[in-house]
Amino acid sequence: MAYDYEKYLRPGKLPHIWCPGCGHGIAMKGLIRAIDTCGLEKNNTAIVSGIGCASRLPGYMDFCTLHTAHGRAAAFATGIKMARPEMDVIVVGGDGDGTAIGGNHFIHACRRNINMTYIILNNSIYGMTGGQFSPCTPTGAMASTTPYGNPDPTFDISKLAIGAGATFVARTTSFHAAQIDKLIAEGIKHKGMSIIEILDDCPTTYGRRNKFRSVIDMMKRLKDIAVPVAAAGKMTAEQLEGKILTGVLYKEENKPEYCEQYAKLIAKAKGA
Amino acid sequence: MSIEVIERYCKGCSICVEFCPKNVLEMDGFIVKVARPDDCIKCMQCELRCPDFAIKVHTD
Ligand SMILES: Cc1ncc(C[n+]2csc(CCOP(=O)(O)OP(=O)(O)O)c2C)c(N)n1
Ligand code: SF4
Ligand code: SF4
Ligand code: SF4
Ligand SMILES: [Mg+2]
Repeated sequence: MAYDYEKYLRPGKLPHIWCPGCGHGIAMKGLIRAIDTCGLEKNNTAIVSGIGCASRLPGYMDFCTLHTAHGRAAAFATGIKMARPEMDVIVVGGDGDGTAIGGNHFIHACRRNINMTYIILNNSIYGMTGGQFSPCTPTGAMASTTPYGNPDPTFDISKLAIGAGATFVARTTSFHAAQIDKLIAEGIKHKGMSIIEILDDCPTTYGRRNKFRSVIDMMKRLKDIAVPVAAAGKMTAEQLEGKILTGVLYKEENKPEYCEQYAKLIAKAKGA
Repeated sequence: MSIEVIERYCKGCSICVEFCPKNVLEMDGFIVKVARPDDCIKCMQCELRCPDFAIKVHTD
């Protein structure tokens, strides 16, 4: 049986706006499969984004969706979750949206450990606006704003999320399509802030400038650099040079969840 | 069993062609073509990887 993605998509919205080979479509399919696995209800699920190519994703999804201001998705999502803690809240956004203009919202949502799932589509670039470098652009890489190569060190989003206090952090890539839904589903089920970083391909503004002949080359690179966490333990530092770890990178079950803490505070203020 | 290409959605990225383990698919200009349907082993890789919801493998 072919997979029934249409069931979760708003009718008449395809073809989507993303470029040929753009990994955002692969990630969206993974999110749909995860939502299906977890049995989330359309009317009880909010999918929230900021601005960017990645942030166009919720517009295709037949759920309660909110397309907000650049970098502010986590703040809006926090508002929804606090007003309606019974809702499942999912944030989707790009590396630029989440770690440049929205970096502050991102770390504070992690710090609070509020129960939501944040899927960050990290294609190492500002795709939508024509390929300006983001905090996730590799050092030395070409962007429209770094014509001599990017001089900046790079954020490791997953490490940033762990450091900031998220209690479920996982990473995969747009090549590892079958792993995307598994990790998102685990993130949805986890009570607390779940970050799923998907290393993604933007053939149009990143690939071309960085000498990838096609999206296939980008896919092959994602395949080559990914090392499952379990395998990494048996590898030397030399072997791990230039690799990225994939799978569940961090999980903590005992840290208090923010909405629950807040409910207690309300009860206390009411003198209960 | 049949492989359905929704031509209106296909953007010709060729991801499905590249990662089909049995070389069933081929590019026909900017759209994918099911060139050797009899070789298909229903692994669903093409359907899983297509970023555009443009290829479906019907197994029943
Ligand atoms: C306040 C504000 N500043 C700048 C922009 C311009 N802008 C739109 S999308 C974007 C970057 C998006 O990059 P990313 O989040 O990585 O998404 P991608 O397009 O790569 O998927 C920028 C800078 C904006 N829309 N609003
Ligand atoms: S510009 Fe890049 S991120 Fe945006 S749709 Fe095209 S490939 Fe995707
Ligand atoms: S199902 Fe597998 S074998 Fe058949 S066309 Fe798709 S990728 Fe090729
Ligand atoms: S992966 Fe999808 S969009 Fe790309 S060529 Fe194949 S069917 Fe067309
Ligand atoms: Mg980006």
